[in-house]
Amino acid sequence: MRELLVGTKKGLFVLRGDAPGAFDVATRAFEGSVVEFATRDPRTGRYFASVTSGFYGPRLMWTDDPTAEWQAAKGPAFPEGADATLDRIWVVTPGEGDGVLYAGVAPAALFVSTDGGESWSLNEPLWKHRLDGDWQPGFGGLALHSICPWPADPDRLAIGVSAAGVWITEDGGKTWRTGYTGLVPRYMPEDTWEDTNVLCVHNMHRAPLRPERLFMQFHGSVYRSDDAGSTWNDIADGLPSGFGFPLTIDPADPDSAFVIPLTSADDRTTPDGRVRVYSTHDAGTTWTPLSDGLPSRDAWLTVYRQALGRDGEGDDLGLWFGATSGEVFGSTDAGRTWASVAPRLAPVTSVRVA
Amino acid sequence: MAVVILRAPLKDMAGGNRELKLDGSDVRSIVRSLEADWPKTGGWILDDQGRVRRHVNVFLNGERVREDAPVGPDDTLHILASITGGS
Repeated sequence: MRELLVGTKKGLFVLRGDAPGAFDVATRAFEGSVVEFATRDPRTGRYFASVTSGFYGPRLMWTDDPTAEWQAAKGPAFPEGADATLDRIWVVTPGEGDGVLYAGVAPAALFVSTDGGESWSLNEPLWKHRLDGDWQPGFGGLALHSICPWPADPDRLAIGVSAAGVWITEDGGKTWRTGYTGLVPRYMPEDTWEDTNVLCVHNMHRAPLRPERLFMQFHGSVYRSDDAGSTWNDIADGLPSGFGFPLTIDPADPDSAFVIPLTSADDRTTPDGRVRVYSTHDAGTTWTPLSDGLPSRDAWLTVYRQALGRDGEGDDLGLWFGATSGEVFGSTDAGRTWASVAPRLAPVTSVRVA
Repeated sequence: MAVVILRAPLKDMAGGNRELKLDGSDVRSIVRSLEADWPKTGGWILDDQGRVRRHVNVFLNGERVREDAPVGPDDTLHILASITGGS
C-alpha cells in the first residue's frame, strides 16, 4: 500500500492505494489553509506538513499518524531582533545525523532540528551571508527550497535559493561557499552574467550513488554538476523548454533525472497543451518524453516546484506529480506509463510518497 | 484583567473559550498571556518579531490597535481575522 502526501491550496490530502487509478483519499487535514509541502521522515515514520494560513501565518506541523491530531513544532521562527518574519516553509528534508532535519524557508534561511523535528533553530552563518549579500527574491519570494544532504556525511550539504544560487557547506553549516560557475542568468542584462548573484535556482537534487553529481532545474535551463555543485553544465538541449520547476532523480542511477518543462517564464503551462515528463538516462545528453497515459491535447497544466515526488528505483521507480488543475498523475514503471491518481483535488502544491 | 474575546479558529485553540480574562499592560503582553495559558495559539496572532500579523485585527474597546497599545484592566479586546474578498 502506497501513501501519497498531496499538499494543496486547500489542505493536505493523504491518498492511499496500490497503483495509479486505485487511490482513495484516506484523510484530509488543515482544511482552508495552504499546505505548501508535506513529507515523512523514513527514519522515524514522522510526518511533517508546512501549513500557511492566509490570516495566521505559516507553521510546521508534525504527527506520527496523519489521521490523528497534528502538533505544532517549536519553529521554524526567526529570533526576535532578526528583523525578519517567516513567510513560508518551502521544504523539510531529513539530514544524515541522528534526529537531524533541515527546513528551507522564505525569506531564504536554513533551519535545523536535532530532535526529530519538534524544535528548530536558525543556521546563523548562512543567514549572515543573506544579510551581507543583498539576495534578491524571485517571483515566488526569496526562497530556500532545495536541500541536498550528502549520503552518510552529515557535514556536507548543498542548498538552492531562488534567486541567490547554490550554497555549499562541508563543515556542518559553520561556513558556506557559493556554487555559481556555469549558471547563466539569461533573464539579466548580458553584461551582468559573470558576476551577478541573482541566480534563480528552481529545484536541485543530488544523485545518492554519486553524490558529487547534482541536477538542477534553473530559471530557463537545466544543469548538471559533477563536482558537488561548484561548477555547472547546461544539459537542456533536447527539451521543449528549459523552463520549469519540478525535478527528481532515480536513486539507483546517477545518470537519470526527470523534469516537467513548462513553456516559458511568461507562460507557465505545459508546452503545446500536452503533458509530458522528460527523462534522461545519460546525465542529460539526451532527453525522452514520457507521455503514455498523460493528457495529450488541450491540457495547459502548471506543475509547481515541489509537486513531483518519487518512490522506489530503477525500472520500478514510482513518479507522482500534481498540477494546479487539482489532478494527480502517477507511474510505477519509471514513467513509461501513467494514469490519473486523483482527478479533482484542490490546486496541488506538493507531492511526496510517505 | 482585560477581557479578551476570540472567534474561531482562535477560540477553538483556546479550549473553546470565547471570552477570557488575561493579564497584561499592552496588547503584546496580553497575547503572550493567552499563548502561555493556551499554547496552541502560539504564533497565530503575533509574528516572529512580536508584531500583530498583517491579516489579524485587534480591536481595543472598538478601536483597531497594534501590539504596543496600552491596555487597562477594564478594557475589552476583540481578536479576529481580517475580512477579505477575492476568490
